[in-house]
Amino acid sequence: MTDVAGDDALGDRQGYELAAALRGGETSASEILEATLRRIEEVDGSVRAYLRVTADEGRAQAAAVDERLRAGGELPAVAGIPIAVKDVFCTKGIRTTAGSRILEPYVPPYDCTPWARLSAAGAVMTGKTNCDEFAMGSSNENSAFGPVHNPWCLDAVPGGSSGGSAAAVACGEAVWALGSDTGGSVRQPAALCGVVGLKPTYGRISRYGLIAFASSLDHVGTFARSVRDTATLLSAIAGHDPMDATSLPDPPRDYTEGLDAGVGGLRVGVVEDWLSMEGTEPGVRDAFQAGLDALERLGANVVPVKLPHADYALSAYYLIAPAEASSNLARYDGVRYGLRVEGDGVVEMNTRTRGAGFGDEVKRRIILGTYALSAGYYDAYYGQAQKVRTLVIRDFRQAFADADVIAAPTSPTTAFRIGERADDPLAMYLSDVFTIPADLAGIPAISIPCGVDGEGLPVGFQLMGKLLDEPTVLRSAHALEQELAFAQRPALVSSRG
Amino acid sequence: MAVDIDLEHVARLARLQLTQEERARFGPQLELILEHARKVGEVAADDVPPTSHPVPRANVYRGDEPRPCLTHEEALSNAPDPFEGRFRVPRIVEDE
Repeated sequence: MTDVAGDDALGDRQGYELAAALRGGETSASEILEATLRRIEEVDGSVRAYLRVTADEGRAQAAAVDERLRAGGELPAVAGIPIAVKDVFCTKGIRTTAGSRILEPYVPPYDCTPWARLSAAGAVMTGKTNCDEFAMGSSNENSAFGPVHNPWCLDAVPGGSSGGSAAAVACGEAVWALGSDTGGSVRQPAALCGVVGLKPTYGRISRYGLIAFASSLDHVGTFARSVRDTATLLSAIAGHDPMDATSLPDPPRDYTEGLDAGVGGLRVGVVEDWLSMEGTEPGVRDAFQAGLDALERLGANVVPVKLPHADYALSAYYLIAPAEASSNLARYDGVRYGLRVEGDGVVEMNTRTRGAGFGDEVKRRIILGTYALSAGYYDAYYGQAQKVRTLVIRDFRQAFADADVIAAPTSPTTAFRIGERADDPLAMYLSDVFTIPADLAGIPAISIPCGVDGEGLPVGFQLMGKLLDEPTVLRSAHALEQELAFAQRPALVSSRG
Repeated sequence: MAVDIDLEHVARLARLQLTQEERARFGPQLELILEHARKVGEVAADDVPPTSHPVPRANVYRGDEPRPCLTHEEALSNAPDPFEGRFRVPRIVEDE
């Protein structure tokens, strides 16, 4: 590697390249951070990925890494890597809003487990990224603090709800980022922004300190620009946490091991109904097919599989997630933290506070969820949705008898224009039609870029695996990534085509 | 059959103030979403058990060991109206 000191492109490098450069004495954690902060300065006025840049905290963390380097100590793999954190993760002493007015003044008195682990390992925080309010949305337009712009086309959405994290990683405003995925909120924005997004198995990464949306569906996920970096980041944060009762006891592992083992003989299941589904854009279908062809060239066998109840998964999701949200969001009542709007008596104070503090989509989902759980409707809606969830899980079990991984487009469309679906919640919900099944089943799933459509917008290729089979998902994604060699970077232009 | 949702009643259950304009806007949107959502009833047969968690775990407890926790000041640091070490709220009980 050449001398990279002072190079503004440092934030564009892979984490594993930066890790090598750090250890080789070619650069320092402080230089890497300063280059990344300069990039934020240059582009974030038009991208708006960040709600808060934490330059002071980041500089202190980077200086500590450089001190450890000078002392000649061994460094963890994530040390010195600039990481952006979605604003739904509690960070001690750093304001955390979940993209909502109701939490606008909130300064958490503790760290979430994923950031606590990264911080202890020497990772450097760049800032808190914009997101849909309480992670509810597929376009980032539901943030109370304004939309994020897609770095590939500034008039388009970055996807959501982790839109700020995806956009930041896409244009070198961070090397990695943390996100959360409840119905596709890591994979869909990763697809729309041309980066790698992973949602591991439910319970694989602790959710302690993740602001709750729908507890039986919430997953912590990662953003990076390569599968290798994704595996490194996952290895640093996966594992059991006594503070999260849903966290899995299975021992963590080094997910970078075995990445290069290839896909010879691997059975790749394809849900053919999904490709012919109305609403799947031709550009998405073509790029996805090119990905399948690449896997076959590498020796994988593509086999058809069926997920007969996938059509119902979306309906089930839009009952289960709002039902759980209506319960989780009951805590925002103007008593212990966040906004308070005074009223005559406590009930009026609660009601006014929530009316003033929540945005449209959050209100819609609270009403939807409250209705689905209310007397006389519980069995018809929430109860039935939970049964559909069982059927979706059975479908996957059946499909994984014939396939080692299941491939699908991540999203039926590429990035759409800001405002295009804002008044049509149901059309917006359809953005998640291919990502929701893996959340309902809790299985690991990744999105990697597999090409661009006719307008030059990136397309995501999704690979889903069995519970806790992250190694196969990562290995197949890594092989596909190497074969496709997708190297295009976002152009930060305001319109395309 | 159209889905009928009593917005005023549900909003009261959720302690959520809605303006006239919000009620007019959300009503038709929610009916459309519920029309779509009630499709779940088409396939969920009686003999299918419900799933509440994708990876079920039961009786998960932490060891009952003392460990550091938030201080009194930290716990109150975000309170909109802290008062003498407590969270103060408006009147709860109606006057006689």
